[in-house]
Amino acid sequence: MPDTPPADCAVELRDVVKKFGDVTAVDHVSLAIRNKEFFAMLGPSGCGKTTCLRMIAGFERPNSGEVYINGEAQGATPAFERNVNTVFQSYALFPHMTVAQNVSFGLEMRGVAPADIKRRVGEALDLVRLPQMAGRYPKQMSGGQQQRVALARALVNRPQVLLLDEPLGALDQKLRKEMQLELKSLQTQVGITFVFVTHDQEEALTMSDRICVMSQGRALQVGTPVEIYERPNCRFVADFIGETNFVDGKITGIEGEFATVQSAAGLRFVGRIDPAPGQRPVAGTAATLSIRPEKMVLADKRPDASANAYEVKVISVGYVGSDTRVVVSLGGERVDVWEQNSVSTLDPNYFFRTGETAWLTFKPDNGLVLTA
Amino acid sequence: MMRLLRQRKGLQLFGLMLPGGFWLIVFFLLPIAVIGAISLMGRDDLGSPTLPLTLDAYIEAFDPIYLELFLFSLWLSFLTTIATLVIAMPVALFITRLPKKWRNTMVFLVMIPFWTNFLVRTYALLFLMRANGPINNALMDLKLIAEPLSMLSTPMAVWIGLVYGNLPFMILPLYSSLEKFDWTLIEAAQDLGANTSKAFFRVMLPLTAPGLLAGSILTFVPAVGSYITVELMGGGKTTMIGRVIATQFGTAGNWPLGSAMSIVLMVIVTIAALLYFRAGRGERIAL
Repeated sequence: MPDTPPADCAVELRDVVKKFGDVTAVDHVSLAIRNKEFFAMLGPSGCGKTTCLRMIAGFERPNSGEVYINGEAQGATPAFERNVNTVFQSYALFPHMTVAQNVSFGLEMRGVAPADIKRRVGEALDLVRLPQMAGRYPKQMSGGQQQRVALARALVNRPQVLLLDEPLGALDQKLRKEMQLELKSLQTQVGITFVFVTHDQEEALTMSDRICVMSQGRALQVGTPVEIYERPNCRFVADFIGETNFVDGKITGIEGEFATVQSAAGLRFVGRIDPAPGQRPVAGTAATLSIRPEKMVLADKRPDASANAYEVKVISVGYVGSDTRVVVSLGGERVDVWEQNSVSTLDPNYFFRTGETAWLTFKPDNGLVLTA
Repeated sequence: MMRLLRQRKGLQLFGLMLPGGFWLIVFFLLPIAVIGAISLMGRDDLGSPTLPLTLDAYIEAFDPIYLELFLFSLWLSFLTTIATLVIAMPVALFITRLPKKWRNTMVFLVMIPFWTNFLVRTYALLFLMRANGPINNALMDLKLIAEPLSMLSTPMAVWIGLVYGNLPFMILPLYSSLEKFDWTLIEAAQDLGANTSKAFFRVMLPLTAPGLLAGSILTFVPAVGSYITVELMGGGKTTMIGRVIATQFGTAGNWPLGSAMSIVLMVIVTIAALLYFRAGRGERIAL
């Protein structure tokens, strides 16, 4: 996976393992985070993403493997000697210090001259748009403001890498959306590598240049948001990012980039195979077809010459404005289909109705045959 | 009456304050007033306080001998507070860092000595430190010393006794303060470039100051006036103001002098405590 040479890497994890007692929190993770990249570590709670972040920060040491920052092996380098800063989930602002004192703390620790400290603290507070708050205490501020102070406190040190541990987790939905955009533009502005831990897939998709999807201590896939969504490399990633339908079966034939999967009920599906190098599946392998709800079409007549066309029964219809979410029964299995409402109409016949029979089709290009 | 109570906020407040106020007047103000009154009296040939009022007792209380004793008591109590602090801080930190289920057990263990009478415990300390006690015997057996050390009746012995007796009063408030401490703040400080000692002095110490202040006051104030420890560990050779005051009410039979000394001590301790709290406040503002 380390496809970038270490020189271009802000952070690299090489075969890192971290155990807490009998529990393996991080299980042989290797990944390379590029300079000035907005990199998200995404996964459900307990997947090891925060532990990875803490190992980069220097709060935890790997049991084996190595963390490189700017190409240098970190070994036992303590947190206070690493050129990275963290924005904590709880913000961890010092309650006995004013905003200005909080923000200047890191500069003081590094022995920056008082005049420079004053100037840089001012700049940092301007950057997060809190210039008039310097004299306040954290308790006197809202969650969103505290969040900005935490950002300023970290960014003022001009770290090589900024680590963010679910920084938007404590904010309400509206503020979250705002901060997502703001964080992204801030990152472009300061040109610092951001490593962002989140369990919110939408957050990861909208903000990141690249995403690492983690589960049970393992890094399953690293890629751009589009790659992660359109070409998940395993069942977990396909399921975790967005919505999808799975049909389990066995590969019965392979033709170029496509494979035919036969389900237990005897239905055949043709989808794309996108194997990792050297892992091309063979006929007879157990496989899962993954097809996203918006990538299928429902029709009332049998379409001509389509590889994947099935007669289905409509179980339920849900109108949600932008699209209509239909659940159909395909050989006894429930399948979600989202039909975009691209026509403005009040005609009830335009929509499918519960109990109706319909034809479900999708292009082989849109289906993915997963073997992991 | 009820209507009057309901109408008058002031009266209501007065009613609410009555039980507490009564308690304070009877058990706090009244005794001090009595002591204050006696301190202003002279004494007859038999030593009983008599009128007319006089400042003789106060003049005697500021005699250089007693003044030196005041200073010595304050100094020894200060050293006691420092020592208990140095010992209690790691203990409290250790308890805080234990898994939750162990913490209460440890706090319980800290309190267990209270179940034994303080006098008995001080005698036990006396036994340990005497000429042919376990400590001297062990040191002799190890050939570290040729003759038994005479540890008792020294300021050091009193100091050890005071530290021993007051330790729980330092550990408990410190622990309760540390338990509420958010350890992420230490990580934040380290993340910002603070090494362990800077993180301790800049973040942990100011934020645990309330417990530290409480523990220090709870140790310092009783130490200044302590009697049993001085009596036993000091063995008459090392004495503190508390013991001298006790003597005035007992064998010396000079109540006015004892009372005057008590008042002076109270004023000194109050001023010291206020200054200390002030200094502590300066560190932590607006929580």
